Amino acid sequence: MDPNSFWSSVFNFDNYGELLALLQNSLWAGAVLGVLGGLVGVFVVKRDLSFAVHGISELSFAGASLALLLGADVVLGSLIGSVAAALLLGLMGLKAREKNSLIGVLMPFGLGLGILFLSLYQGRAANKFSLLTGQIVSVDTVQLDALVVTAALVMAALAVLWRPLNFASDDPDVAAARGVPVKGLSLAFMLILGVSVALSIQIVGALLVLALLITPAAAAFKVTGSPLLVVLLSVAFAVTATVGGILLALGGSIPISPYVTTISFTIYLACWGIGAWRRKTGRNGRRLRVAEQRAAEPKGVSA
Amino acid sequence: MNQQQSAPEAAAPVMSLKGGGLSFGHRALWQGLDLDIRPGEFLAVLGANGSGKSSLLKVLLGLLPLSEGRLERHVPREKLGYVPQQKNFAPDTALRARDLVALGVDGHRWGIRRDRRRVHQVVDGLLEKVGALDYARVPVGQLSGGEQQRLRIAQAMASDPQVLLCDEPLLSLDPRHQNVVSALVNQRCREAGTAVVFVTHELNPVLPYVDRVLYLAQGRFRIGTPEEVMNTETLSELYQGHVEVVRSHDRLLVSGIPEQIHHEQEEVD
Repeated sequence: MDPNSFWSSVFNFDNYGELLALLQNSLWAGAVLGVLGGLVGVFVVKRDLSFAVHGISELSFAGASLALLLGADVVLGSLIGSVAAALLLGLMGLKAREKNSLIGVLMPFGLGLGILFLSLYQGRAANKFSLLTGQIVSVDTVQLDALVVTAALVMAALAVLWRPLNFASDDPDVAAARGVPVKGLSLAFMLILGVSVALSIQIVGALLVLALLITPAAAAFKVTGSPLLVVLLSVAFAVTATVGGILLALGGSIPISPYVTTISFTIYLACWGIGAWRRKTGRNGRRLRVAEQRAAEPKGVSA
Repeated sequence: MNQQQSAPEAAAPVMSLKGGGLSFGHRALWQGLDLDIRPGEFLAVLGANGSGKSSLLKVLLGLLPLSEGRLERHVPREKLGYVPQQKNFAPDTALRARDLVALGVDGHRWGIRRDRRRVHQVVDGLLEKVGALDYARVPVGQLSGGEQQRLRIAQAMASDPQVLLCDEPLLSLDPRHQNVVSALVNQRCREAGTAVVFVTHELNPVLPYVDRVLYLAQGRFRIGTPEEVMNTETLSELYQGHVEVVRSHDRLLVSGIPEQIHHEQEEVD
């Protein structure tokens, strides 16, 4: 492939205005998923569930490919797959190590099932590919409505659980001592996670859900210690990645996921750099009495 | 020890265990435990690891059911404060000192915080009480163990507790911070009349404050003043071997606790 055709397949802004108008629904879908991914991602990082997200998305993929094969609703298929996986992980209630090996066992099984269903599927090859890598589906109004309603329900649930879920995620022992239903919240969050994974898969595909559900939140944790700011930044990063990814991918012939992942990864790198610089300079908000006194002294006095 | 020893005896207990017993499978940690916890009383719970000290706290918190006997709680659930042992937060945990304390203020309530200003003020007051205002904005992962434990006391005090249940809060602290943290707990105990149940395997930092000691060992236990429990005769009887207790100034030195228990302790630590 010569450089010219490489660039024109990656970036192509011909007839951009028309395309934009055509794919307005996709943009809205991307924005909604960005907000959802940014919010849920914060708890994924807090609860150390990154690997679980990956495992859930593989089973979600299996569900979606089965639905494709049977001619059923693909979104419903992926929803059933991911919610089943999330609840299984939540109900087992295992210690981190056991949980990780269970996910490691489930993941290839889900992926294998998905590939089996896809190879039996006789329809369009593009449909198969998009389940794994995502695409800018021409989201129609009905789909957009369904997405917005589901996402709104998930966010409403998050809002109700907000404070105790934070307590249980940040400080589980004390939360339990205070009477917070730690186990119930864990299960409720797995359900929220399952639904969020299934929704995100439509845009970024099963393999790259992490770019939406983890990278933005992980980046936010690198630059702030404030629980509120971490949420706002995570959402801002995720929306930038999805909406920016769609805008860049519009004209090209490539699935949307490499754009989304590249934007998220760049944001993460920048945040990591800022965090490292702050650690090096020791800026962590501590009020230093000695330093203040020294600064208050007139110059030249302290030799 | 404490001059007000007889005063707490008079008040009605805030919590009582009546013939309480706890066993895991066939192994009985303790049995037939009658314990009244009274307002303003500082009770230290001692014993080797595996003797059921922390499980006793879980029972008092209502997180672990008794195998036998019953627990009576005469104060509301939210009036139980809990101080955990120091733990290592990841350096990038998105929780500053003041946020950790705020969890104690309204972390257990449903929904999103709407009275941010009020919570901020309450947290400031609590931080000031434990002398932690200087690092209020520092992420908890970047605080020393001693600083963290001060915050834990502020966090537990947020609910204005009538009982303060402390689970080895001095573990992995240096002697200076052990003294600071013990003194803060004692201050709460004396000023507000809060009953303190203080699980520890080092008695000396809290010795000046302790009214009563509950010593758990090998399925048996003794309750009494430090003088009554922490002596060669009583501990030897508890461990059924010779245990020597030496008092030197204001410190107690215990030696001769059976080998097997020492090993257990090292493994867990």
